[in-house]
Amino acid sequence: MERLGDALLLLVLLTDLALLVTDRLSASIRLVAVQGVLLGLAPVTVAHAFSLHLAALVLGTVAIKAVVLPRILLWAIREAEVRHERRPSIGLLPSLLLGLVVTSIAFGVAGRLPALPGRTLSLLVPVALSTLMIGFLLLTSRRKALSQVLGYLVLENGIYLFGLTLADRLPLLVEMGVLLDVFVGAFIMGLVVFQIQRELETLDSRELSQLTD
Amino acid sequence: MLLPALVLVPLLGALVAYLDRSAERRSLWVVAGALVHLGLVASAWGLRPEPAGFAWLAFAPLGGLVLTLTSVVFLAVALYSVGYQRHEPLRGGRAHASCLLVFLGAATVITLTRHFGLLWVAMEATTLATAPLIYDPADRRSLEAVWKYLVVCSVGIAVALLGIFFLATAQIAGGAATGRPLMLEDLLAAAPLLHPAWLRGSFVFVLIGFGTKMGLAPMHTWLPDAHGEAPSPISALLSGALLNLAFLAILRELAVLRAAGQGGFAGPLLVGFGLFSLAVAAAFMLGQGNYKRMLAYSSVEHMGILAVGAGLAGVAAYGALLHVLGASLAKALLFMVAGNVLLGTGTKRTREVTGLARRLPVSAALLVAGLLAISGSPPFGPFLSELTLLTGAVRAGATGTVVALLTLQALIFISMGGAVLGMVLGPAPAGVLPGPRESRWLTLPPAALLALVLLLGVWLPAGLRQVLAAAAAGIGGAAP
Repeated sequence: MERLGDALLLLVLLTDLALLVTDRLSASIRLVAVQGVLLGLAPVTVAHAFSLHLAALVLGTVAIKAVVLPRILLWAIREAEVRHERRPSIGLLPSLLLGLVVTSIAFGVAGRLPALPGRTLSLLVPVALSTLMIGFLLLTSRRKALSQVLGYLVLENGIYLFGLTLADRLPLLVEMGVLLDVFVGAFIMGLVVFQIQRELETLDSRELSQLTD
Repeated sequence: MLLPALVLVPLLGALVAYLDRSAERRSLWVVAGALVHLGLVASAWGLRPEPAGFAWLAFAPLGGLVLTLTSVVFLAVALYSVGYQRHEPLRGGRAHASCLLVFLGAATVITLTRHFGLLWVAMEATTLATAPLIYDPADRRSLEAVWKYLVVCSVGIAVALLGIFFLATAQIAGGAATGRPLMLEDLLAAAPLLHPAWLRGSFVFVLIGFGTKMGLAPMHTWLPDAHGEAPSPISALLSGALLNLAFLAILRELAVLRAAGQGGFAGPLLVGFGLFSLAVAAAFMLGQGNYKRMLAYSSVEHMGILAVGAGLAGVAAYGALLHVLGASLAKALLFMVAGNVLLGTGTKRTREVTGLARRLPVSAALLVAGLLAISGSPPFGPFLSELTLLTGAVRAGATGTVVALLTLQALIFISMGGAVLGMVLGPAPAGVLPGPRESRWLTLPPAALLALVLLLGVWLPAGLRQVLAAAAAGIGGAAP
């Protein structure tokens, strides 16, 4: 199971890097959905035995991260009629290079961290940190409001992965609360994206720069 | 049953208000919810209920203090909103009242919970519940404000979640003797066993994450926009209640660090962020042309003062807790007055507002009194709390910090004082219609808050002093 888990984590890392070189918004959303499925399956590979807790976590994660949220975001871009991320402030290739740098930093940092207690996947911490940092990179380097929502989701996914090290120690209520908050947050952001489009006829968050001192 | 009721009453109120078709009645539901909530809080002080819900909720001095403050500010805002909505439609449409009450429910969870995970969930819920209150579909600028608010705060709070995971890891690495995961009592009891490296990492992320929500510079960027663009009752609520909740979350983590003997690591970080916030506030208040943004930067300033006090520990931390009360009440009152000025003059530009003393005499008087209160002049509460904080800082030997605090605050007072004097004095511009008469709904809530701020300055009841001392003891503070 451990090798399967590490393979899953490698796939998560690949979706991160693929997001960095994708400029079609619908493709980006689908990549985030794929990442959602991978994240949903990850707890299975670290679990000791089947439990109701585990089943609820897997179902909740897949339903929210891989089905509901991507649908809302796809709806938002269809209604808003935008397809491409135009002129990201960092080009696609440079951002991939940056992503690789960030990933190697993450692996370096993870190697120096004090060892995690208990049995965990060897790739869990480095991939969690890479995903987190790549999410932050997406959030800050992309201009479309929708790409920023995707960046936020990827960042959350990184933190979620780190949380897996604690999966069987945290109460289900808290995990569900976290999922629900992320869901509502992204849902409201999706609505705001839709409003931005209607107001400004663009999803470019740079247009949102009137408020200054 | 009292503790669950404190959470459930606002949530139930939110549901009832949503089902009511009349906007006027919906705002009265909010008032009713606030009154019941405040009554329950008062009875909690009397009864001191046992922990409830698997000990996830408990009533303790520090949380109780913030809860009471939140409830008072919320009631004032609810009353003020009744008057405000007669002049400007409330944002969020039918959901306005429900969002307010959901915020109150989530805030109650934050103050009562002993579980860091639940604390996080409730904190994010406050962001989500307040976002629709800022957004006005007819106003492009509010769209920008709400976008920044959502994205910056959500990312900040996500970072705090990582910090909380680190805390749980520190606990697991410390062995089985550290008790139930992420429960405050167990963490405090077994603090010396916690893994120090994970614990320090945890504090850094929690401070940055919840510091974003609290408005500490340089993570404060959402705050002037959201406070500046939100309707004034909402600005008052954000400033008087929401920021303190984030401060409380940081104090919870600080308590664990201090118990684990890591206070020497956490303290300087807090002082550093605090002083930087004061400096940023001072810089951006110079020549600030928008009086609501000016008040927003004043919030950044006071959050900085709180961080400095908490970081210095001892008497300064006691002063910081006292300052939470005075500064929040004064801030909420100032934002309400700013709302009256905006309704009366129709502009947020400081320079375009003159002659308030003649146009809106009651609001003008409240504005001047509020300015004196917030800038720490006697006889108001913040004077006493800042004096306590500075005394504590001198005793702790932090002379440099004291000098920096005083210098920056003097600068800020000059900026704010100049702006307020310009608004209050001078002739009322000719040809400008006199604003709407100041209704009692619009002047009594801020006046009541002013009376409370004054009371805090002239008379600290022994009971309150005891509660403050007990609350401060948990975060390394001591009564003077």
